Amino acid sequence: MSIETPVRAQGDLRVIDEEGQLIDPNSLPEITNEKLTQLMERMLFTRLWDERAIKWTRQGKLGFYAPVSGQEAAMIGSEAALSPDDFILPSYRDVPQAVWHGWPLYQAFLYSFGHQQGNQIPEGVHTLPPQIIIGAQVVQAAGVAMAFKLRKEKRVALAYIGDGGTSQGDFYEGMNVAGVYRLPLILMIQNNQFAISVPVEKQTAVKELAKKAEAAGIEGKRVDGMDVLAVYKAVQEAVQKAKAGGGPTMIEALTFRYGPHTMSGDDPGRYRTKELEHDWRARDPLVRFRKFLQSKGLWTEEAEQRVEAKAKEEVQASLDQANKYPAMTLASLANHMYGKMPRELARQVAGSGLNADSGVK
Amino acid sequence: MAQLTMIEAIRSALSQALEKDERVLIFGEDVGVSGGVFRATDGLMQRFGEERVFDTPLAESSIAGLATGLSIQGFLPVAEIQFFGFVFEAMDEIIGQAARMRFRTGGRFHCPIVYRAPFGGGVKTPELHADSLEGLFAQSPGIKVVVPSSPYEAKGLLLSAIFDEDPVLFLEHMKLYRSFREEVPEEFYTLPLGEAKVVREGKDLTLISYGAMVRTALKSAEMAEKEQGLSVEVIDLRTISPLDMETIVTSIRKTHRAMVLQEAQRSAGVAAEVIARINEEALYDLEGPVLRVTPPDTVYPFTLFEKEWLPTEQLVLDQISQAMQA
Repeated sequence: MSIETPVRAQGDLRVIDEEGQLIDPNSLPEITNEKLTQLMERMLFTRLWDERAIKWTRQGKLGFYAPVSGQEAAMIGSEAALSPDDFILPSYRDVPQAVWHGWPLYQAFLYSFGHQQGNQIPEGVHTLPPQIIIGAQVVQAAGVAMAFKLRKEKRVALAYIGDGGTSQGDFYEGMNVAGVYRLPLILMIQNNQFAISVPVEKQTAVKELAKKAEAAGIEGKRVDGMDVLAVYKAVQEAVQKAKAGGGPTMIEALTFRYGPHTMSGDDPGRYRTKELEHDWRARDPLVRFRKFLQSKGLWTEEAEQRVEAKAKEEVQASLDQANKYPAMTLASLANHMYGKMPRELARQVAGSGLNADSGVK
Repeated sequence: MAQLTMIEAIRSALSQALEKDERVLIFGEDVGVSGGVFRATDGLMQRFGEERVFDTPLAESSIAGLATGLSIQGFLPVAEIQFFGFVFEAMDEIIGQAARMRFRTGGRFHCPIVYRAPFGGGVKTPELHADSLEGLFAQSPGIKVVVPSSPYEAKGLLLSAIFDEDPVLFLEHMKLYRSFREEVPEEFYTLPLGEAKVVREGKDLTLISYGAMVRTALKSAEMAEKEQGLSVEVIDLRTISPLDMETIVTSIRKTHRAMVLQEAQRSAGVAAEVIARINEEALYDLEGPVLRVTPPDTVYPFTLFEKEWLPTEQLVLDQISQAMQA
């Protein structure tokens, strides 16, 4: 079966080009200088954290890990356009957005270890833990958005999904119901070109994933997902529209993951070329945004070093904190199956031979 | 007290839940303007408004997904799956998502949802309307499964389910909807989840069932008394997950014989679980093996064969005779 050449379009919305030049002076989003600097700090921090996490996974210090490098603009730019009380529903790779939304980094490491308390999102932090079932978060996001609408709260729900996820039934069901009730929902597609090994051309015959929005009667737009300002701007506009009662928006960010799908044995060499990887790296989101900030006098070598030092220290401290966290217990597992533990389950816990309060790291 | 059918008792429960707590929402296919294919929600949208009782698109996973999202934001959704056989479309959202929410978030979020679904044989429905799929849910940790056997039970159990802190699958046997009336209090009342009920006292054998088969069990018990002079105790499980073994074991300590009757196909289901648990908890009180009366391990048949397929009172009676000889 022959497949057409991959679409490598850059999206309809671009703010800065690969050299960090403003494409159109009128296209800058509403954003303060502090926020501009913060975007760079967070992207750089996330890149360094990702490099560290990949190394630690290889050394057996972490468990499940899905690398994020390459996708920082799509991830950080979209989360940064939200308010803290907006609610995000991340997919398995979207750990950085949940962390920047308030999920403590040490808990993200606990989650990677496979520790239940990793997912115990603190009160007041408005995110679900990363979703494993592709698409399930979309129908749930519609429910969260409906809650905001019913209570007349000016909040949005943002669900993250990938290119492969747009093939799932739940993706269609979720966008459809969000359209019917004009829910304050943002569907953020990070099209990183491959669902594990399957290229987007094998997911769908449609050339632009954002066109799927038309089937639900909602707005869909495609942005350069390597351009953090384009992503920020698209999400900012979608948030403003949703909070004004204008309903849902689908945003497709064209991006690329430099690494494997996860650190659990995936070899990208089997399904994509070095040339393709090189093409995408040439559009690196950090490189171009750094140049943009430098041209405005908002980024210096000193700032770079400061963030590097901070990332190194905080990422290590978070791993240390996760390592010191109390062991998971059978009691904690069993206690959280129901509001009140059923008698039979209590009997099983008591008869298990495991001390209910003991456990292993 | 009014004499109500089960569908009227369910409507009364839904209406009182909406009145009592504004967090309660009802939604599903055709539940709004039309009032539900069985009229369970008749008049509720008109009375409580479209923000509280509303029609959804025809897509079960999004119905269940809305319920998940609304419930973690503090609402008490009552989501209708129009016929239980359609639940396969929503299995991930119910079992893979809502039932695991408390567990996977270490208690930060939980899903106080009720999924109502009509099911059950003997009413000539097309494929995938009548099937007894409750075993799939009873095997899934994190969700409770309730199957009422009468109008009075339906109202009290449904109100408990709506205000329960866990997701509850509430299965309504279609044959019970309008087949008989009984006294149902007009006021708000609840019946406990997770507790079985002795619906007929006896001393020779414990017959355990749930849903519409409780009616069959009661009739078989009467026949056994009349024709064979046997005294059969009948237990209505009411909740099939979690199971109430105390009521069952207490009964077996008195009767020393037991049998399980279910409408679901035979293997790996509620009857199998009840018998396994009896083996664990009451084996030495038994004078014979615990039998189960069930249809065979096929899918629910097409309508022309459903009478033959479903367990009959006579079949149960024959099995009681056999159990008494062991």
